[in-house]
Amino acid sequence: MSQSDTQQIPQQESPLTRPSGQLDHLADLYRQMLLIRRVEEEAARAYAQGKIGGFLHLYIGQEAVAVGSIAALKPEDYVVTTYRDHGVALAKGMSARALMAELFGKATGCSKGLGGSMHMFDAQTNMLGGYGIVGGHIPLAAGVAFASKYRADGRVTLCYFGEGAVSIGGFHEGVSLAALWKLPIVFICENNEYSMGTPLSRSMSVEDVSMKALGYGIDRDRFFVEDVLDVEQRIGEAVQRAREMSLPTLVEVRTYRFRGHSMSDPAKYRTQQELEERKKKDPLFRARVKLVDEGYGESRLKALEEAIEAEVADAVEFANTSPEPDPSLLESTTYDGPFAA
Amino acid sequence: MNLVQAINDALKLEMKRDPRVVVLGEDVGRVGGVFRVTQGLWDEFGDDRVVDTPLSEGGILGTAIGMALYGLVPVPEIQFADFIFPGYDQIVSELAKMRWRSGGEYSAKMVVRTPVGGGIRGGLYHSQSPESLFIHVAGLKVVCPANPYDAKGLLLASLRDPDPVLFFEPKRIYRASRGDVPEGDYTVELGKAKIVREAEAAPGKPAVTILAWGAMLYEAVAAAEKALELGVECEIVDLRTLWPVDVETIAASVEKTGRVIVVHEAPKTCGFGAELVALINERCFLSLEAPPVRVAGFDTPFPYTLEMDYLPLAHRILPAIVETARY
Ligand SMILES: Cc1ncc(C[n+]2csc(CCOP(=O)(O)OP(=O)(O)O)c2C)c(N)n1
Ligand SMILES: [Mg+2]
Repeated sequence: MSQSDTQQIPQQESPLTRPSGQLDHLADLYRQMLLIRRVEEEAARAYAQGKIGGFLHLYIGQEAVAVGSIAALKPEDYVVTTYRDHGVALAKGMSARALMAELFGKATGCSKGLGGSMHMFDAQTNMLGGYGIVGGHIPLAAGVAFASKYRADGRVTLCYFGEGAVSIGGFHEGVSLAALWKLPIVFICENNEYSMGTPLSRSMSVEDVSMKALGYGIDRDRFFVEDVLDVEQRIGEAVQRAREMSLPTLVEVRTYRFRGHSMSDPAKYRTQQELEERKKKDPLFRARVKLVDEGYGESRLKALEEAIEAEVADAVEFANTSPEPDPSLLESTTYDGPFAA
Repeated sequence: MNLVQAINDALKLEMKRDPRVVVLGEDVGRVGGVFRVTQGLWDEFGDDRVVDTPLSEGGILGTAIGMALYGLVPVPEIQFADFIFPGYDQIVSELAKMRWRSGGEYSAKMVVRTPVGGGIRGGLYHSQSPESLFIHVAGLKVVCPANPYDAKGLLLASLRDPDPVLFFEPKRIYRASRGDVPEGDYTVELGKAKIVREAEAAPGKPAVTILAWGAMLYEAVAAAEKALELGVECEIVDLRTLWPVDVETIAASVEKTGRVIVVHEAPKTCGFGAELVALINERCFLSLEAPPVRVAGFDTPFPYTLEMDYLPLAHRILPAIVETARY
């Protein structure tokens, strides 16, 4: 990302005021981001130990997107996301225990261990799933928003996807319908500049994803993630538009993943220097600096961080000691036995 | 060579031989594919012939059809067979029907390469074996090699076939399956199965035919070894080409043994095993000594955990052999 690209993006001032008790609020957002970071670091370690298998797509570096956007929601609102779903699941309130146990393939996981990393679900927090077919969940999310409009329950749906998804039909079909039917949804494109090994410049003819909103006649926004509070505010505007006017918005959030696409990706397609530059702008780190600068107090921060360590250690222990699901689980068909309605 | 290298070798050879061949797909170029099957092709043949595409399966497959109509030989790669469905419409509605509906004037000659099957803990979106969903669509050929020799020979034959071929690569044995592969050009004819283990039934000594392909072939062989210790001989047929299926070889084996087991990873219901059993009933009804048996995946999505219970591995094939032999 060159300097000139950065300057092209308008930095709007939001009319919304931030919540009161801002420092405590920021500390809470920092806590959530740190939880995601630490859960994932431990997941990476468990992966290396062979306790987690298959695919593990880490969200490290992007935490401020999930945490900031979900901070703009009410608990009864819905989220739908991709296979890079740990951050959204935790930010929406799924327990670290249920998440870690799912990663370990244990019966106590959120999907009984049958789904694994990419397929988190949590009915309690209206987390409507991580989806592995890129773009497939976007029309589905529009349907969720349709249902809340139908029921007039004032709920909003956030639908997350990477910039890679913008090239597939599902994105266009979902946004097109949401625009036509004026659905209460916010489409959040987490543009982390890479779709697996393909950089932005080689995956789209127009690098500004938010421009796609123009053709569908819906509102758009576009910004770089630096401060989690900005994410909350900018997504908050779109959430308000959805809730109060039942109008969709396409928001492109420019972010960056610090790890490879998944655990098996050495990420040779980008330079170490690029990575180091981006790590310097880590929104998690910046939130901590801001808390210290504004006088939250090092000792309170330490206490908060220790609590996170305990929560993460407990989740790993829980996953480790939980039982595997019984093979008899496979004998019932999809709609029978423990899966029956 | 392993399976990955053999496929790579075939692609290189054919790209050198035939300038119409164009490889396209997500990260097939600079990265060399998620499983590194297309590694080195971009360096050798460049941007025009090894095309990195955006994430767009319908786009990849649809444009490949257009390229083929114009006389190119596209070789689209779909990263995992599980991701083919956004492009399934192009395959079912356009690709499969092209020759027939143009009265034979056009064909969309191409080879769609894609890894299939479980065994890497990929869960529901990275493990499926959707062969029957393509075999059922009239107009497609479907191939699945089980070793490097066949992989190279079958791929070269597919690339020279006048019609569209779905080339399913069993990812579980991508690197585990190794063997000698001749340098240079050769083909393995499409539509021909191979007997990889022979057996004779004798009075009081039943034998069982096992039909398998891809990664499960090795499980059938492992189960057959165990069965032999229990006094049951197995004849194993590697189908290699799933469609058009080599019904002659299958029928000859089943007529000899009178007992047959089909092994596949896909869910049992309406899996390819169902068609095979129907063909066997039509062809060999009077030779059957026991009901044909299917050892297959369960009728559920593919699970992340319990993968080794879900797959029809040797420990699930062996009891079926014993039961069939005793019937
Ligand atoms: C339909 C489909 N095609 C291909 C894939 C394989 N795949 C998984 S993630 C990915 C890249 C997606 O990039 P992006 O949308 O930018 O999300 P990010 O991984 O950067 O979060 C690809 C090609 C898939 N899962 N689904
Ligand atoms: Mg991306």
